[in-house]
Amino acid sequence: MSDPNSQLDAQGKLKHFLTIEGLNRGLLTEILDYAEGFLGVARQAVKKVPLCRGRVVANLFFENSTRTRTTFELAAKRLSADVLNLNISTSATAKGETLLDTLRNLEAMQVDMFVVRHAQSGAAHFIAAHAAPHVSVINAGDGRHAHPTQAMLDMFTIRRHKGDFSRLRVAIVGDILHSRVARSQMLALKALGVPDVRVIAPRTLMPAQVEEAFGVSAYHDLREGVRDADVVIMLRIQHERMNSALLPSEHEYFQLFGLTEKRLATARPDAIVMHPGPINRGVEMDSQVADGPRSVILEQVSNGIAVRMAVMSMCLGAQNLHTQGQGEFNG
Amino acid sequence: MAKDYSTALGMAHSVSIRHGRLIDPASGIDRETDIHLAAGRVLAIGDAPAGFAPDQVIDAQGLIVCPGFIDLCARLREPGHEQKATIASETRAAAASGITTLCCPPDTLPVIDTPAVAQLVQQTAARLGHARVLPAGAVTQGLEGRRIAEMAALRQAGCPVLSQADRPIRNAQVQRRALEYAATFGLTVFLHPQDPDLSEGGCVHEGRVSARLGLPGIPEAAETVAVARDLALAEQTGARIHFRGLSTARGVAMLAEARRRGVPASGDVSLHQLFLTESDLADFDANCHLIPPLRTRADRDALRQALASGDLSAICSDHQPHDADAKLVPFTETAPGISALDTLLPLALRLVEEGVLDLAGAIERLTVGPAAILGLDLGRLAPGDPADLCIFDPEMTWVVTTETLVSQGHHTPFLGQTLRGRVVWTLLGGRVVFERPESRTR
Repeated sequence: MSDPNSQLDAQGKLKHFLTIEGLNRGLLTEILDYAEGFLGVARQAVKKVPLCRGRVVANLFFENSTRTRTTFELAAKRLSADVLNLNISTSATAKGETLLDTLRNLEAMQVDMFVVRHAQSGAAHFIAAHAAPHVSVINAGDGRHAHPTQAMLDMFTIRRHKGDFSRLRVAIVGDILHSRVARSQMLALKALGVPDVRVIAPRTLMPAQVEEAFGVSAYHDLREGVRDADVVIMLRIQHERMNSALLPSEHEYFQLFGLTEKRLATARPDAIVMHPGPINRGVEMDSQVADGPRSVILEQVSNGIAVRMAVMSMCLGAQNLHTQGQGEFNG
Repeated sequence: MAKDYSTALGMAHSVSIRHGRLIDPASGIDRETDIHLAAGRVLAIGDAPAGFAPDQVIDAQGLIVCPGFIDLCARLREPGHEQKATIASETRAAAASGITTLCCPPDTLPVIDTPAVAQLVQQTAARLGHARVLPAGAVTQGLEGRRIAEMAALRQAGCPVLSQADRPIRNAQVQRRALEYAATFGLTVFLHPQDPDLSEGGCVHEGRVSARLGLPGIPEAAETVAVARDLALAEQTGARIHFRGLSTARGVAMLAEARRRGVPASGDVSLHQLFLTESDLADFDANCHLIPPLRTRADRDALRQALASGDLSAICSDHQPHDADAKLVPFTETAPGISALDTLLPLALRLVEEGVLDLAGAIERLTVGPAAILGLDLGRLAPGDPADLCIFDPEMTWVVTTETLVSQGHHTPFLGQTLRGRVVWTLLGGRVVFERPESRTR
């Protein structure tokens, strides 16, 4: 059986970034601290640092995603890496090429890093296990399993607003069952020491034994679940869950689990509202909340670039070129 | 029913196996003694008949001599999936593992739903002569679950039982009629106890590990719903049913309860289910992609207890050899199943070591237990019985590697482990079909 910490190299440094599972608070904090230094890059006239110059990053997207792919692309470019964007869902596999054939071909082009998005849980682990030894793999979302950079940008956003994790109450609302974002968030929040993590969903969208599996509390009532919460994270609901055996309609979902100012009233007055995007307005939350003062949704997007720059440069070993967390990249 | 392999090979042959510890659970024998074979059958136990001059003498000092093992479910992949394995490759692996009789499910290509395919499989196996192969005939044409197959003709063609492999009949009315028709001819029907709707899209046990890894789960109810339906239909129709590979504590309890009421139902367990649990899935090990899925520790313990109590009367390999590519994709896309012939004996002996069964009990569940389910007079060593024997060294250790596995399939979660117990000789119809090269000629 392979080592659960297979994302770390022999020195304990990040080699791949596949899941939050197995990563300790020290390493997660290191990523967050390091990302702080990259926030300033976006404010420079020339929005680039030379940390990964000459390195080649391939975005391997087996599942369509414009937004996530764009932020990874921007993060790599700001690190001065060369970027290849491959939309595999429409090319190689359609011609019968296997996933491993695709990998071998890209490795032959001297790619240093794969950023992988795939519809199947475990795909990023599979690619990391079969990639050439010098190649790093970053999981940009695999099935229902993990989306660790999304979770880290959420942690980064929470920390900027709330500071200390150790006294927080965080509520995650929506399709927990199918959500790789929720899984990575639960693991990250627990690893960073958040004492009260709650997941809120109808029973059809809740994984079996979620409480035992993640050490969280499950709620089926929105008002109760967000009571006194410092952070409320709304998840995206896929349209195909509606009018199925899982959910009857968008209307009923919004009536019960949609976030409105009124329902947010039980949360703490300074609570922040988050969403990984893209939002279904009127399904997961109404526009008043999405565009309201407590929403930090657009900030999440900007923070995403800094966090992805941090993770990419750490995995590529470029972190050692600079001392971390000093803000030395600020113009 | 058992074919006479010695005459098939064109000559009579006699063997004496001396000084071994003979264990024959059917007759209760467990002592150091000799056994003599002639004309493909057991001739005598203990002293040889006056004037008996064997062509071959095997010195089994320090070894255990028992009936050859009978495996209720081993995929040979022929016809149709020869890139994975062949009847030749897998019956050779069976012989090297002490298995003398294999029942292969009908999910070949073409499906074993006609006498022609059933005969093809048996003729190929008989020509090779490594092991007896008994095909399970399809319950429905093409395994499609709609129209019943020619069951009487399949029985005539040598199918001792019927099966839908791992494609259970969705429609309860078709299932009912299929069981009724099978009962007309006294044919036992093997059932894969998994509701196709409740398990759809799932690849692991629905529980803590599926929650954590985000893998689509198969709930316990997928098994209990299927068991409940099929027990009710067996009771209604009087058909003999056999649950092939139970995986949950509740499923086994339901079977045990029905058996106490006299429902003609039996069950077995795949050997890996007695050792592995959902926890072994961490890190997406494709060698732990099994259907039914690896369940909880409580389920595993209940399966062990049911095996010990006899509610489960057979241990099965559920051998499913694959080519390398079948597992070289992300976990959910990998083909389920592992190669399990080579590890059958050592894992059964581990059950003895761990106190689940005594040695005779373990051998019973590999011999007369499965023979009774098949309705065959095999798996025992009284004078006149077919001379199918396994002679093994319970202390010999070996490491599971792609080199030591004889099966063409190399996927097993036990890869790299050191196992104890190795077959030294296998005899089929009184003839040596396997002899471990390193065994000294005694």
